[in-house]
Amino acid sequence: MAEMLLRDAMAKALREALDEDDRSFLMGEDIGAYGGAYAVTKGFLEKYGEERVRDTPISESVFVGAGIGSAMIGMRPIVEVMTINFTLVAMDQIINHAAKLSYMSNGQLQVPLIIRTVTGGGAQLAATHSQSFENWYASVPGLRVVVPATPYDALGMFRSCRKDNNPIIFAEHALLYRVKGEVPEEYYEVPLGKARIAKPGTDVTLVAYSGMVRVAEEAAAKLEEDNISSEVIDLRCLSPLDLDTVIESVKKTNRVAIVEETWKTGGFSGTIASDIQEAAFDYLDGPIIRINGPDVPAPYARNIEQLMIPSSNWIVESVKYNFGL
Amino acid sequence: MKQSTFKEEQKVTTASNLENMEKQAALDIFSQMLLIRRFEEEAERLYRKGLVRGFLHTYIGEEAIAVGAIPPLREDDYVISHYRDHGHALARGIDPKAAMAELCGKSTGCSGGKGGSMHLFDIEKHFMGGHAIVGGQLPLAIGIALGLKLKHLDSVVMCFFGDGAVSEGEFHEAMNIASLWKLPVVFMLENNLYGMGTDVNRSRAGGSSIYGAAEPYKIPAVQIDGMDVMAVRETVNEGVAKVREGQGPVFIESMAYRFHGHSMADPSNYRDNEEVQENRTRDPIDKFRDVCIETGKVDGNDIALIAEQIDILVQEAREFAEQSPEPTAEDLYTHIYAEPEGN
Repeated sequence: MAEMLLRDAMAKALREALDEDDRSFLMGEDIGAYGGAYAVTKGFLEKYGEERVRDTPISESVFVGAGIGSAMIGMRPIVEVMTINFTLVAMDQIINHAAKLSYMSNGQLQVPLIIRTVTGGGAQLAATHSQSFENWYASVPGLRVVVPATPYDALGMFRSCRKDNNPIIFAEHALLYRVKGEVPEEYYEVPLGKARIAKPGTDVTLVAYSGMVRVAEEAAAKLEEDNISSEVIDLRCLSPLDLDTVIESVKKTNRVAIVEETWKTGGFSGTIASDIQEAAFDYLDGPIIRINGPDVPAPYARNIEQLMIPSSNWIVESVKYNFGL
Repeated sequence: MKQSTFKEEQKVTTASNLENMEKQAALDIFSQMLLIRRFEEEAERLYRKGLVRGFLHTYIGEEAIAVGAIPPLREDDYVISHYRDHGHALARGIDPKAAMAELCGKSTGCSGGKGGSMHLFDIEKHFMGGHAIVGGQLPLAIGIALGLKLKHLDSVVMCFFGDGAVSEGEFHEAMNIASLWKLPVVFMLENNLYGMGTDVNRSRAGGSSIYGAAEPYKIPAVQIDGMDVMAVRETVNEGVAKVREGQGPVFIESMAYRFHGHSMADPSNYRDNEEVQENRTRDPIDKFRDVCIETGKVDGNDIALIAEQIDILVQEAREFAEQSPEPTAEDLYTHIYAEPEGN
């Protein structure tokens, strides 16, 4: 099995879309001549031409809307918004239009649109360029939210997204592009809405997604040194959400901590915590712990920026303290 | 057509416009405008009776734009609109029964009772929706046009929007991209002089005449009397031909006036009664009827017969809407997501 960077897994996923489906095209800021802000589409313009690899003006609302409109008549556009922070400029198109058209037209319309975007902090880009809004989008009926943590899942879930007929936010964490992982050469798919047990364990369940999965895995390794066995669950998708895998794990471990990069207030960890206590209250041996970034804008300076992103030590201490382990 | 012609010519309906028109074609135009007028009046009655709820924005006074612009389009062209969408839907051939049932929130409505007055859809007829966020349909029109271009089709997209939408950033972004990519879009501005209750002169630094806004984007533009159905029709035919040739978008500003309030909730306190009355003397339906009769193209009996037929159509639509079932509790949960491909 070959090792591959997540960036290269995404490039492979996009090449497949363009090679296999003439209804697909890419559109976004600096994806062509520049090669993509995160270099995912490097060389694409030369190979596929400017009709199918479309550099757009810096008009997020209209190029996202243009993706929706083309999907309304049967195209399968893949739109790249340079970062999730910029999707805010297109939020009306995403929420009031893409997410609503199937429902409002009583199923006459479908919007098979994939919006690729880059999420997460930790690169000293300060308050406007370090946010994670996957949880916001996950609260909107009609949208799917896909949050891969490994190269294998990035490729496998993207393949599933291409077969889905709904608008999808496909959020790639900026710090994961250089993460390597095994990606088989033979074809496979990873279904949407099926969580992954990243590491099995018995004493505590750590639920995470996107960039926080490897942080939770690091924490699990550290807890292992103290003979505390953690089960790490990678949600993979926030919508559809695989709650069953989480509940099964909690019934086994009786303890759960949810790790999420974004702010605690309004965080998706709150929704999951609530769902867990509704479904498995009697199985819990302690409070459900939510490990989120504190409610502050991201600062620039490295030392204080790091204080707002959940770390493996933070998880370890929190698990030990709250559960008395 | 030369760009200069498109920009400068002011069109007015005269008897000569009708010279080469078949009698039936003239009657069709009259009939389509009258259908919209009577449909809207009935919708207002149903609103007052409580059968239509939510927001109801009627098109009374603006019928000439939809009827001048939409019927000349081909079946494979697309129409997309804003929340004052009944006139566009009817002109595109949506069954008045399905439209009225939608207004009444019935499962037989053209959006299954889930869209309501502001969100009429009929995708088979390429009526791609009423869209109720001001300016929000403009990016969608760009996308439909882009899809057509990528599919190498010569269909066009006609996108309706009002003077209020011109203040949205999306308007400028859409104009820029449409021109840059030479997309097949007809920008149909319905300038009825008020964005809800705000006079366009109080919201737009450039004043109430808007077509000049297309110039920086190198889009050929024209301003016409939108209460003159033949002027709309001729201009649209020229504009659509230009767009269909692949020359990129055109911009048509139709000057209009809505005779009633912004919605049923609006008593129109922001405009003088005199102004409203003066504009009512320019009634597009009366005007067209008079020209038809002057030319001898049609006579009073033809008109009376059509009026009678339209009344029947509208009453049938009302009865259908009243008698149709409401959506079921299960319908609440359908079509939130689409089925996977191949299903």
